[in-house]
Amino acid sequence: MIELRDLTRHFQVGDQTVRALQDVSLTITDGDYLALMGPSGSGKSTLLHILGCLDRPTSGSYMLDGREVGSLPESDLAAVRSHKIGFVFQFFHLVPRLTAAENVELPMVLAGVRPAERRTRVTRALSAVGLTDRAAHRPDQLSGGQRQRVAIARATVMGPSILLADEPTGNLDRASGSEIIELLERMNREGLTLVVVTHDPEVGGRARHILKLVDGRIATDGRPR
Amino acid sequence: MSALDLLGFAWRALRGHRLRSSLTLLGMSIGVGAVVLLTALGEGARGYVTNEFLALGSNLLIVLPGRTETTGNAPIIGGTVRPMTLEDCEAIRRRVGRVRRLAPLSVGSARVGYGEKRREVTVLGSTPELLPVRHLEIGIGRFLPDVDLDRGAPVAVIGRTVQSELFGSENPLGQPIRIGDWRFRVVGVLAAKGQSLGLNMDDVVIVPVTSSMRLFNQPSLFRILIEVGAHAEIDQARREVLNVLKERHEGEEDVTVLTQDAVLGAFNRILGALTLALAGIAAISLSVAGIGIMNVMLVSVSERTPEVGLLKALGAPPRQILRVFLVEAVMLSAAGGLLGLLIGYLGASILSRLFPALPAHPPIWAVLGACVLSLGAGGLFGVLPARRAARLDPILALAGR
Repeated sequence: MIELRDLTRHFQVGDQTVRALQDVSLTITDGDYLALMGPSGSGKSTLLHILGCLDRPTSGSYMLDGREVGSLPESDLAAVRSHKIGFVFQFFHLVPRLTAAENVELPMVLAGVRPAERRTRVTRALSAVGLTDRAAHRPDQLSGGQRQRVAIARATVMGPSILLADEPTGNLDRASGSEIIELLERMNREGLTLVVVTHDPEVGGRARHILKLVDGRIATDGRPR
Repeated sequence: MSALDLLGFAWRALRGHRLRSSLTLLGMSIGVGAVVLLTALGEGARGYVTNEFLALGSNLLIVLPGRTETTGNAPIIGGTVRPMTLEDCEAIRRRVGRVRRLAPLSVGSARVGYGEKRREVTVLGSTPELLPVRHLEIGIGRFLPDVDLDRGAPVAVIGRTVQSELFGSENPLGQPIRIGDWRFRVVGVLAAKGQSLGLNMDDVVIVPVTSSMRLFNQPSLFRILIEVGAHAEIDQARREVLNVLKERHEGEEDVTVLTQDAVLGAFNRILGALTLALAGIAAISLSVAGIGIMNVMLVSVSERTPEVGLLKALGAPPRQILRVFLVEAVMLSAAGGLLGLLIGYLGASILSRLFPALPAHPPIWAVLGACVLSLGAGGLFGVLPARRAARLDPILALAGR
């Protein structure tokens, strides 16, 4: 459960204040499927970063699962990211020297999960994205769609409560793109809260809710159809 | 993140850039290797000198004219100097009971000729006891005859080089040679010995001490070498020798008596300082290697900025990022240090094989110091890049900025 109340985010650029987000209030219930849309510079990336605890709001409140996380220090935010949030990026962000399995294992290595436990969870996560037979391949031996699947396995292996996908199909061809969206939707149906940032109306149109941002404010908030 | 995971992660990161990692490693290993090898060289030089002195026996007293502070350095002659004579030698032999052997020594340089051949040679004047005191051996013939000190017989013993230069394959025994304007008869040839205490014993001619003093018109002896019975008696003997000579020189202490220990101690100090200086020079290359590590880590951090952003997004707190990069740096320097030790020890053992006289063993303080320094360099020079990584903004880092 995510609750944003009167959230603003201002950046100081030189002597100018850029208001990236203004008075954003928003509730995302568990298991929701939300598309964040809007033109470049509308503040959707900033909102995604704040939702993902990579950035902190200038003012306002961000309650994640009943806990105020908007003003936590950096090391506590890191712990929140580790346990509650999964990221999927446009450019995959796999570590090139590690195999698919090792990339999936990475968040558990950072969190100090025991090796035996890590192995079973890696196997499960890779099979959930259909890449069991690619476990020992390095990213440069995988196709774009496969790389994004590894990234999704990595994002979900810690059992987060929310999955944040930033243009997950932006770097993929149509076929792989829709495969990725179907995979994300399947995980959403299994209970994972899903927030997708996208330019693509076709991708956004599939979400249960669409949130349109214009100039840092919520323009429309509702069902697509 | 467990220690094992940290090591594994760092290892894979380093392996990902083989050339870069191995060059940095090479830099560090050269630094450590230089410390080990150079200090081994310094210690080898010290061991060499020590052995040279010990070869003469540790119960040797050296008397030289003139007062010096007994630092073992070149004598600084002060006060009026009376000649140190053969009569002084006789007095010492008579009155100092602990003297086992005594050899007066006069030194000069003269042109030595046989037939048409000539050679500029160091001429030593002494007595038969020089042979055991300086641990010399006779190759062919015999050494100086045992006759009264003041009867300078015109006989000479020549070194191996002098023999081959003047006589070639001819038998030198019984042949006449000219030393300056004087004529001597060759009675023996020294066995090859080579350099000993700064004098090439193969390129000398030894004649009776009276002859050489007359030949070079020297009123005083150059040295008196005294061998005492046992090492424990050396200080007592030294005092007695001083007393005898003081008495004979009208109550003035105008000679210096050096013990082997004093000379050796002085050399040890000098060569110890040399070793330290060498270690210092090598430490500079070690610190340069440390800067090399810092450079490589900085490059690595800026190259892996998106990876740092990813690690942060995956939930790594700043201090964990710091640890990841610090472990990489220390791993590089530790591996370099180990390789350096190997290189250093290998070099030292090759050196002591090539020059058996030079006991080139790296001192333990230098080895430990090099290890600590290399690890420290990795840690110290790794901190800056690691902190830079830890402080990266995750959003900018993910974007590769």
